[in-house]
Amino acid sequence: MATAEVERKRGQLAALSIAVVVVLVGVPLWWRTTETYRAWLPVNQINELAELQLQLSVDVEVVFSRGTLMPEQQKKVPFTRTQEEAQKVDDDTTLRYRYESKYRTANIMEEDALKQPTAAEADLSLHTLSASPCGSVVVYVIPETSVLLPQGVDVYIGHRRTAVLRMGAPMSVGKNHKQLLAHLEPRITQVVQVMSFSHTDITAALSDRVRLSPGSKESLADSMRSFKSSPGYEITFSLLNPDPKSHRLDWDIEGAVHSYIQPLLTKLAPLANFSIDSQILYYAMLGVNPRFDSSLEAYTLNADSLAHVINPVEARLGSNAASSNPVLNFLLYVPDAHHSPLYIHDHQKQPVASNAFHSPRWGGIMVYNVNDLYGRGETPLPVNININMEKVMGVFLAQLRLMLGVQSSPAPPGFLVEPCGGAGLADWELDRLMWSRTVENVATATTTITSLAQLLDQIGNILCSLSFAGSVNLFHYINNKLGTVTSLQLAVAELEAGNLGFALQYSKEAILASERAFFDPSLLHLLYFPDDQKFAIYIPLFLPMCVPILLSLIKIASEARQRRKLKQSKKD
Amino acid sequence: IANSYNRPTLIQLQNTREEEEEQQTTAQQEEQTKRWEATELEEEHVHDAAVPPLAGDPPAADPPSPPPSKDDFQEELVIRPLHSGDIYASFQFRTVWDADFMGDQKVSHYRLFPKSLGQVITKFSVRELHISFTQGYWRTMQWGQPYLPSPPGAELWVWFQDTVTDVDGTWKELTNVLSGIFCASLNFIDSTNTVQPSASFKPLGIGNVTDHSFLRYATLPREIVCTENLTPWKKLLPCGSKAGLSVLLKSEKLFHSTFHSQAVHVRPVCQDPQCRTTSMELRQTLNVVFDLHTSGQGKREWSLFKMFSRTLTEACPLASSSKVYVDVTDNPQGEQFELSPATPLLTQAVVLGDRRTYSVYDLTQQASFGSSRSLNMLLRWKMLRPLLHSERYVAGYGLQAGEIHTLIYNHHPYRAFPVLLLSAVPWYLRLYIHTLTVSSKGKDNRPSYIHYQPSKDRERPHLLEMLLQLPPNSVTEVTVEFERALLKWTEYTPDPNHGFYVGSSVISALVPSVVAMDTNSTLDRPLFSSFFPCKEEASYFMRVYTEPLLVNLPTPDFSMPYNVICLTCTVVAVGYGSLYNLLTRTFQVDEPSPGLAKRIANVIRRFRGVPLL
Repeated sequence: MATAEVERKRGQLAALSIAVVVVLVGVPLWWRTTETYRAWLPVNQINELAELQLQLSVDVEVVFSRGTLMPEQQKKVPFTRTQEEAQKVDDDTTLRYRYESKYRTANIMEEDALKQPTAAEADLSLHTLSASPCGSVVVYVIPETSVLLPQGVDVYIGHRRTAVLRMGAPMSVGKNHKQLLAHLEPRITQVVQVMSFSHTDITAALSDRVRLSPGSKESLADSMRSFKSSPGYEITFSLLNPDPKSHRLDWDIEGAVHSYIQPLLTKLAPLANFSIDSQILYYAMLGVNPRFDSSLEAYTLNADSLAHVINPVEARLGSNAASSNPVLNFLLYVPDAHHSPLYIHDHQKQPVASNAFHSPRWGGIMVYNVNDLYGRGETPLPVNININMEKVMGVFLAQLRLMLGVQSSPAPPGFLVEPCGGAGLADWELDRLMWSRTVENVATATTTITSLAQLLDQIGNILCSLSFAGSVNLFHYINNKLGTVTSLQLAVAELEAGNLGFALQYSKEAILASERAFFDPSLLHLLYFPDDQKFAIYIPLFLPMCVPILLSLIKIASEARQRRKLKQSKKD
Repeated sequence: IANSYNRPTLIQLQNTREEEEEQQTTAQQEEQTKRWEATELEEEHVHDAAVPPLAGDPPAADPPSPPPSKDDFQEELVIRPLHSGDIYASFQFRTVWDADFMGDQKVSHYRLFPKSLGQVITKFSVRELHISFTQGYWRTMQWGQPYLPSPPGAELWVWFQDTVTDVDGTWKELTNVLSGIFCASLNFIDSTNTVQPSASFKPLGIGNVTDHSFLRYATLPREIVCTENLTPWKKLLPCGSKAGLSVLLKSEKLFHSTFHSQAVHVRPVCQDPQCRTTSMELRQTLNVVFDLHTSGQGKREWSLFKMFSRTLTEACPLASSSKVYVDVTDNPQGEQFELSPATPLLTQAVVLGDRRTYSVYDLTQQASFGSSRSLNMLLRWKMLRPLLHSERYVAGYGLQAGEIHTLIYNHHPYRAFPVLLLSAVPWYLRLYIHTLTVSSKGKDNRPSYIHYQPSKDRERPHLLEMLLQLPPNSVTEVTVEFERALLKWTEYTPDPNHGFYVGSSVISALVPSVVAMDTNSTLDRPLFSSFFPCKEEASYFMRVYTEPLLVNLPTPDFSMPYNVICLTCTVVAVGYGSLYNLLTRTFQVDEPSPGLAKRIANVIRRFRGVPLL
């Protein structure tokens, strides 16, 4: 009997130790070998980025010219003052604007510059005195009686980063320095909003992240017209010649690009890389047959049918083979001899003066009629025609400015904004673009990276390789580039410090790195491995192994319970 | 198999973000349909733009005269009745552009040259690019020599400029971009099927490049050529398929043929006889052989309309020359066939070592279009053997070893000439180079030059290049044995029992010519005779492609992994089960059980109610 008991004990011990080995060695081994590799990701930092708190800082320098400050005011006016304004856009996004104003009086050279006869000259000579850094604003306050500005104009904004502000009438200003500042500050803020950014601009730039309440149609069309921020753009000019039998077209596109387009693009170089090319497409037809209007003796194209015009042409435009940047298309369509002249009518059935139209985020098309250049039937076909590039480029340049978002919002009353011509671009206009592009880049990159983090969280099977983690993390080991998170943090920090140029640079890197991470091919390697297949493989191994262990464990447990009962009954 | 798993999820993954955007835009869908708006032009823009902002620049408006045209487009069609009774039609479209692609200045303003191709050449610093898509095999024995040879499937060879530092990376990117442009699976070109020939593929354009590290050559024998490859090819033409010879290119007829080959060749050429400046030449060629026997209902009468279901009505207005040539060499006195409308012009050209006579139709002349606007030909044939042709096949049985036989025929009655043989064999056929034998007329024929690069598994194929002397009127046989490798199970194609293709071998030769060749390359010659530059008067260059091979590799049963898993699991479970049993079973001494008679007696006793034994 005793030997049988010992045998039984030994069997129980063996079963228990096998179970222990399986649990301690087998299960971890199986777990380790079948795990999907996950490199370390800065999840906390990504979650922090999901709640975007952007602070935009502008340095404003307020310079008082002689005659604007009374001596006692001059002593008491503080050197620096900081104004902050917080705006909550939605639950996850808050914006803070910080205007850091520095007050000082004008030095002698600036006084001289302000004595120039016209505001434009004053602007130029003030610029030569000091070059203000990118993103900052200098406001010169001149006395009410100054003749620098024409009558009725309170604020003048020039080509650079300077504005001239007329001091109000002395009685409205008040004697106290506090009253003075209270009088000036809202006006300076207004100037800064025109010259660097306004809340509407910034919220429009955040449209990738924040769902805006549908505003008016007008503002929606405005916000959708310009291209989204991208590290580069391809500008393609295409000349469409549907009828090479009747006219041979020549356009001096190289010269035209050089003299009209290039100056603007050189100015915009900090924003993005631009590349320009052109092509001539023959036998390219429009998708709509224009109607003949006998009263005008011309063919007309209605605004409603414009949407269908492009589709057949677009197939031939060709995507850019050498890069993946967005393409801006500018088409010059020369109608064939039988459908000429061709005029475009707007929604009010009125002819459009420029004979051109554009589509948001796509480009523009202009119709160029040449039938009056044919001569009176004596010239043999095809006729050689030289296109007047001046006329064409005027239209394309206006369209290009719209597409790139270089549009001047109407200035508030009392403001005089120096027009800077078709090809030029004022420094402050560039700054405005840079502010909104930086914010847009940051918003897009954060959205990409947070949605990617969510995806990784939801789908356990995604492989997370080192190179992928590099594009997300702090530093990309392989490409020697900054990762998304680092670039984003740097961009946000630079925005806070008011270094607009660096902020834009880092935000561009953040966009690139986030795109690289999102489209990393290694994410897909193990993605598809469904559960039914897993079970099919595991069952033949696990079932025969686990069933005996489980059964013997149950048996041991039930025996132990019986024994305990027996003991209790014995005690009783 | 792994790929097909991945694809749907890839799309899903990338859609996730698009969906987010979509939700935003649905509200704006209405706007989208009529989003076009007229450009309101502010007066000041026009005014300001009218004055060029840079004072030094000449105003762009009204240059005195149109600049001299720097690019030139020619189109040409050759129709050659073949000895087999088939008809061979060869299109060539040539665009020459006096633009310097190799300079520092970026070329970006395109007229006749297609922009998409130009951008590729600029971006990847390509010196020469040759790409061909071929469906069917050119039967040299029956059809003679093609004007432009090409192997079945896709072939791509590129010379890069010597400024390229990472040639392999550039090549990979280039193949990906080209596969997008031509809608072909060129993206399957990787290091496993790319070779760097050392001698066979010299640049065809100007430039004496000897460093073959800038050359890449790859073939995809499996590539199927169809309409989706033809459409982008036609898009590269300035006139598209709207005017000129290209109206004939209708895919439903072109692909209903025994042989179809389309190619794009880009190379630098001399601009003037002194070769001071270079231009870029783009040749687009399309060769097609129509089978008369099957579709002609036994009649051998043919016209353009019957071949292409179109007739020619005009030349492409952009072409400086637009010509149709019909080979009438076999019809010297007109006793063999008749051509209508009557031949207005005859020309002679030496092509592939043979002087041929052609009727010429100049489409730029209005007189070429008579009342009928179609060409009808009545044809009769005589047999002529080509000087050089080749055959290749796999010999051997079983799935382990095999032998590749290449037969090269020299039909020249008295001249021996050397040929270069290039074969690129995938790594999974392990060539044994010591078994390489070359024999002609029963005797050993030692190659005077052998370049052999062994393969590396999953990295690069075998490359075997040799220079052979072909004795007159002989068959030279090159044999080499190989062993088939076992692939990993993910490396098999979706239908592995179809077999694996081995690309064509290439035979390049200088064939002695009966007639003197014209070595002046700048002379105005028809396009089809000027593709391969001619260096000597007594011989011409020729390239012959052998058949591609289809080799069966040992193919596993693909449900095998699961079976193996099941089997091993069962074995493990049985072994483990008995071990477990042995360890946990309680052993105890049992009393011997009563005998059978005793047990039966006990049962009976129980029935009777008597105490048991």
